[in-house]
Amino acid sequence: MSAPQTLFARLWDAHVVTSQGDEDLLWVDRHFVHEGSHHGFAKLAERGLPVAEPELTIGVADHYVPTRHRERPIGDPDIARMVRTLEENAEAHGFRLFGLNDPRQGIVHVAGPEAGLTLPGCLVVCGDSHTSTHGAFGALGFGIGATEVAHVLATQTVWQKRPRAMRLTIEGPLGPGVGAKDMALAWIAKLGADGARGHAVEYAGSAVRDLSMAGRMTLCNLSIEGGARMGMVAPDETTFAWLEGRAFAPEGAAWDAAMAWWRTLRSDEDAVFDREVTLDAAEIAPVVTWGTSPEDALPITATVPDPTREPDPARAAKIRAALDYMGLVPGRPLEGTPIDRVFIGSCTNARLEDLRAAAAILKGRRARVPGMISPGSSAVKARAEQEGLDAIFREAGLDWVDSGCSMCVGMNGDLVPPGERCASTTNRNFRGRQGPGARTHLMSPMMAAAAAVAGALTDARPLLKGRAVA
Amino acid sequence: MTGWRTHSGKAVALPVEGIDTDQLIPARFMSRPRSAGYGDYLLHDMRRDAEGRPDPDFPLNRPEAEGASIIVARRNFGGGSSREAAVYALKDAGVRVIAAPSFGDIFAGNAINNGLLPAQLATEDAEALIATLTEKGPQEARVDLDAGTLALGALRCSFALSDAEREKLANGWDDIDLTRRHHEAIAAHRAALAAARPWLWPAKARE
Ligand code: SF4
Repeated sequence: MSAPQTLFARLWDAHVVTSQGDEDLLWVDRHFVHEGSHHGFAKLAERGLPVAEPELTIGVADHYVPTRHRERPIGDPDIARMVRTLEENAEAHGFRLFGLNDPRQGIVHVAGPEAGLTLPGCLVVCGDSHTSTHGAFGALGFGIGATEVAHVLATQTVWQKRPRAMRLTIEGPLGPGVGAKDMALAWIAKLGADGARGHAVEYAGSAVRDLSMAGRMTLCNLSIEGGARMGMVAPDETTFAWLEGRAFAPEGAAWDAAMAWWRTLRSDEDAVFDREVTLDAAEIAPVVTWGTSPEDALPITATVPDPTREPDPARAAKIRAALDYMGLVPGRPLEGTPIDRVFIGSCTNARLEDLRAAAAILKGRRARVPGMISPGSSAVKARAEQEGLDAIFREAGLDWVDSGCSMCVGMNGDLVPPGERCASTTNRNFRGRQGPGARTHLMSPMMAAAAAVAGALTDARPLLKGRAVA
Repeated sequence: MTGWRTHSGKAVALPVEGIDTDQLIPARFMSRPRSAGYGDYLLHDMRRDAEGRPDPDFPLNRPEAEGASIIVARRNFGGGSSREAAVYALKDAGVRVIAAPSFGDIFAGNAINNGLLPAQLATEDAEALIATLTEKGPQEARVDLDAGTLALGALRCSFALSDAEREKLANGWDDIDLTRRHHEAIAAHRAALAAARPWLWPAKARE
């Protein structure tokens, strides 16, 4: 009998090539690159090295791509150059590319899993912090910087310090109108934006097992916002059913062989974690953020925090600065705060299920403010159109655009104007994240849709009454 | 990249919590090639007003902070995105050391890979440094990697650094060279994997 192991330890040990001091050299199964990875490719070119494993390297155009008029040449010369550089690198090094007009294009953390490229047991890296998303499949997924991107391109390995293992258990049924985004913001508010620093988080408990793959991806996606290096969910029947038949998933005998291994990928019953945190699902309400860090999150039924009631002076100063930036008054209810615009999109919440949730609220209603919906991938866009979701959004008065990172980060020019308040399904409410001076409130797709209908922050639950989520 | 073991330079307090990577370099500057230098973009939107004019009261904009190479800040410095450009902006502005109670993990790794020390201090030590620097203005400080200390006047603060991190900073190592010395172990790992789980190579699947 070997000692009981955590899922994290199992996956990590399987990828260690060698160790030196307190760092392990890990084998990389999937390396996703995007047009923003140009610094990494430049470093590779400086040394004149080839890509070590082109078959394990996948390019996706997402961060800077236009979300309108893709039939036209890209107007911004810097962006056009980056997209072209990615195409040239794919061509020169012989790796697969889901380029601008490829039906498989989308945000890397949506399009990669959708193609069946992310599999249980894989180690997935990308020059993007939300690579934690891929952990939803029982994989190790983490973001790396440009120096590491060059290193992975050259060697298919990466040096890492082994994080500590943490288990976050959420038990019990979630209330109606409450989902993975609320679970994530609730734990980040509780532990802080650096609360899980240095840890790999395994999400467990019945509320996690009951989540769909889309929900698990949302939960794992936000791991980094709580400071965790990565997040993961043990693969189960939900995972396997989702993967079977996807374009790059194994099939036939290879599928059976893979399944035999995948079924072993879980934490042993008596495995010991360095840290355990539990949350009661029944206590989680729809959450919105009020400040400039994802930890600044509260139930929609709460009031804006009052810095004069905060005993810690550094913390009080931070609240004051955040409220000043956000233009909010201490003690006032969050509900009813007028908004200027909504954005439904990003690798956190723009999968088909997210769009269905938003459509359940928006159907037959009008948005009081302008807004934009950018599906997580071109495939999600096509499916949503088959289901008629685009018509619901358009009839509500919202813009239905192409897939990319878009207003999550504004690199492509989709910006929230200065001073405007945006209800957003994204992952970062950092100052200026959606544009200089933009005020971002993070929330679930259902809550963003409700905010569009009310023209203000509002509880989605009453608007959901008598409606089914497809 | 040249390595270093000790550094003496001007320290400045930036008493802010949670300076994230989007503050360190706003996204709109990242499409530019590094050769142009990223120093001017460092904390761009915190340091300047909407018209791009520097805020004279911002700690890094004061004349006495000119040439500072050590920044002391509050918890969760560099949280957020994996953008290495956040480190480039600091480096290109002449910064060698950030001292704070906690750092974003990816930022800390990127910093080490670029010769920038993320010195993790006890919260009391960071606050003591901030108090001194706020009272007296920017001061000379000395950082010693081997001793793991940051000394400023009578204050002597310790920070933790792993052997691997210290060696990387001291030698200015490029990991690619280091790793290529392990090429046999990598080849063996790959061969075992290809035999046991050939389906991990997606070219062998359908398109
Ligand atoms: S959607 Fe936003 S968070 Fe996700 S990969 Fe794109 S920029 Fe990053």
